[in-house]
Amino acid sequence: MSIWEYANPRKFMATSGALLPWVSALAAILVVGGLVWGFFFTPDDFRMGSSVKVIYIHVPTAIMGSSAWFMMLVTSLIWLIRRHHVSALAAKAAAPVGMVFTLIGLITGAIWGQPMWGTWWEWDPRLTAFLVLFLFYLGYMALWEAIENPDAAADLTSVLCLVGTVFAVISRYALVFWNQGLHQGASLSLDPEQNVADVFAYPLWTCIIGFLFLFLALVLYRTRTEIRARRLRALIQRERMA
Amino acid sequence: MPDLGRYATEVLSAYAVTFLLVAVLIGASVWKARKVLRQLREAENRRGSST
Repeated sequence: MSIWEYANPRKFMATSGALLPWVSALAAILVVGGLVWGFFFTPDDFRMGSSVKVIYIHVPTAIMGSSAWFMMLVTSLIWLIRRHHVSALAAKAAAPVGMVFTLIGLITGAIWGQPMWGTWWEWDPRLTAFLVLFLFYLGYMALWEAIENPDAAADLTSVLCLVGTVFAVISRYALVFWNQGLHQGASLSLDPEQNVADVFAYPLWTCIIGFLFLFLALVLYRTRTEIRARRLRALIQRERMA
Repeated sequence: MPDLGRYATEVLSAYAVTFLLVAVLIGASVWKARKVLRQLREAENRRGSST
């Protein structure tokens, strides 16, 4: 069996249809469980007080905001190299999901930053790159809507995705590159000096895995819709030609 | 409900914004999926009845 079998829309629809209920259920259990655990059953941080509870939504959504773009990069490259329509449609389906997660990361970061840093916003490398990534999401989605020919739209949005990847990388690794700005380092690290305490880390990991499954469920669901929309366009074109 | 102290507004508004945006995303995805599925079934029925 080859992974390229899933480039066949029928195979993708059959497999994703079987997987979707399980992925959705796992997403619901992990997101709700992780948020309830973090919100109700973890103590306040000795420096941040109760504002530490914002990490259970800010960190997972920010991680998924940039990870969604990397997923779009892979599927865009598959489209450009192998011309599989399902991969281009998966990238298109993932963009609004990544955009919303990035927006949540930006808003919750600003809400948390105001009492902790004394400002809603700072033009530091990580925050600025994350804002530019959000604008790339908007541009990517607008480009899909602006071009009538689906193959041309897939080509041009794939190129835009390659360019935007620079900001996805910078938004995640800005501190490694420049070591400056207000934003602190990774909340979860293999280095025990940097890592948050276990009492915060366990619910945080639950939320991160939960938001990953939520992303997967939404992308599978939306890709199925895009495949059906493509079939609908083909049928309407045939009707017009008949 | 835990005592959120002086950061209650920030914490609760962060959660509220998140729930709202995720709900809008899921709602929009379901609305579009249903609309496309309905249109596709209509188009397939037209095609079936014309052949």
